[in-house]
Amino acid sequence: MFHPTLFRNPVVRKLLMAFSGLLLAGFIVAHLLGNLTVFLGPNGINAYAHHLKQLGPLLWVFRGGLLAAAGIHVSFGLLLTLENRRARPMAYYRNKPQRSTLAGRTMIYSGLCLAAFAGFHLLHFTLRLLGPEITPWLDALQRPDVFSMLVIHFRLAGFVLVYILGMGALYFHLSHGLGSMLQTFGLNNARTLPWFGLLSSLIAALLAAGFAAIPALIFFGFITVQGGAA
Amino acid sequence: MNLTLHVWRQRSADEPGRMERYLAEDIEPEMSFLEMLDVVNEGLIAQGLEPIAFDHDCREGICGTCSQVINGEAHGPLANSTVCQLHMRQFRDGDEIYIEPWRARAFPVLKDLVVDRSALDRLIQANGYVSVSTGGVPDAHAVPIPKINAETAMDAAECIGCGACVAACPNSSAMLFVAAKVGHLASLPQGRVEAAHRVCAMTEAMQREGFGGCGNHYECEAACPKGISVKFIAQLNREYLKALPGKILGK
Ligand code: HEM
Ligand code: FES
Repeated sequence: MFHPTLFRNPVVRKLLMAFSGLLLAGFIVAHLLGNLTVFLGPNGINAYAHHLKQLGPLLWVFRGGLLAAAGIHVSFGLLLTLENRRARPMAYYRNKPQRSTLAGRTMIYSGLCLAAFAGFHLLHFTLRLLGPEITPWLDALQRPDVFSMLVIHFRLAGFVLVYILGMGALYFHLSHGLGSMLQTFGLNNARTLPWFGLLSSLIAALLAAGFAAIPALIFFGFITVQGGAA
Repeated sequence: MNLTLHVWRQRSADEPGRMERYLAEDIEPEMSFLEMLDVVNEGLIAQGLEPIAFDHDCREGICGTCSQVINGEAHGPLANSTVCQLHMRQFRDGDEIYIEPWRARAFPVLKDLVVDRSALDRLIQANGYVSVSTGGVPDAHAVPIPKINAETAMDAAECIGCGACVAACPNSSAMLFVAAKVGHLASLPQGRVEAAHRVCAMTEAMQREGFGGCGNHYECEAACPKGISVKFIAQLNREYLKALPGKILGK
């Protein structure tokens, strides 16, 4: 069935990166759409959090899939980076890149920043181990009071900074990653080639800006406990 | 014009090399880059020194033998050109020029600027061809081929196998070279028969030879003296996806 040489094939490895990257990016889009309910006030995002919790076992299926995708992406990302470096044991004295981008050449660093950010984010909002405690945790309708948590935590410059930097890494990673993924899936041709790079940067910018808008708007007082309360 | 050269000198495959400085004096702008090196070498020989070894053959941009990274660009600053077709008018009096060999684990340096590119030959040996049982010569119109496919195949077949794609790739990947061969043959009915086997065998051989993987940086396309498009790498990926079910089912 799966011959051992299969996973040594450079195209297979690249396809695994692209497919796991696609799953992660799909999660990012869904996550952003969910987050945007913060603009509807507590009734938006608290209700969203409540419904997520009610998915029960299904939520764990999603989380398991996501974890598997992340595991594949990170392990093959590290492996490919090490192998690709080994393929050029000696660097050029002079090297003048023509077409590659800084974002493309630093995928491993933006990727590792994203992994660090994801760890921080889980400790922060999923496990609620960082920042001021929110009591009571449930709102008047017995839903998790995510709204208050966001509005209180994102008044703190340190948190805002970490989230904005994290989204910078996301922009960087996806500005190369999305276009690269389309090429890996073989969806590119002479006509689409000049556009995929641009499209990739544009979507990456929209996603990163969408996420970053939340801490930024809260920090600058556009979303407040009073103003947001519906 | 007078130039300062910094050239990679390495006596043999197992000795370490280093950059050395030379003066190239009284160079004419209409000389080719290789002719400029010939002048420098004559000077070195006259002084009883070892001339700079570099690969060259046709000196007309078709054989793919010349191979130098000049000021950080494979085949130098002129787009769609080999080193032998690069002329000194591209430089200015007083310029400093850095000349290095192709650098890749799969291309060990043999001497100075000469590297061993037989890894590319072994990629071709991994089914980078069409197995034909020779018989009588078929009529030219016996196998109809749509014009668009013939054009695609010809674009890919322009590859002269110089290895600039490997030299320019941040990962020293030979993906554009392999993709040009896969795209060339998969676009023609004669090549379709072995298309699935070819794409698997050639990409596996690439890994075995110590080339890196494709990172979709597209430096290869920019360096290619024949301007071969990375659309062929997308085509290779499609060919691989088509071959994958058979590969998994153990065919
Ligand atoms: C938010 C999470 C992430 C998303 C959405 C994502 C998405 C992507 C996508 C779409 C690609 C392009 C695949 C291709 O070229 O075909 C990619 C490549 C890559 N990713 Fe990620 N990624 C994420 C996190 C990470 C992490 C945590 C790492 C850490 C190791 C990482 C390392 C890499 C590397 C090294 C590549 C380039 C692989 C290569 O070209 O050889 N990524 N990513
Ligand atoms: S010497 Fe033949 S291509 Fe340059």
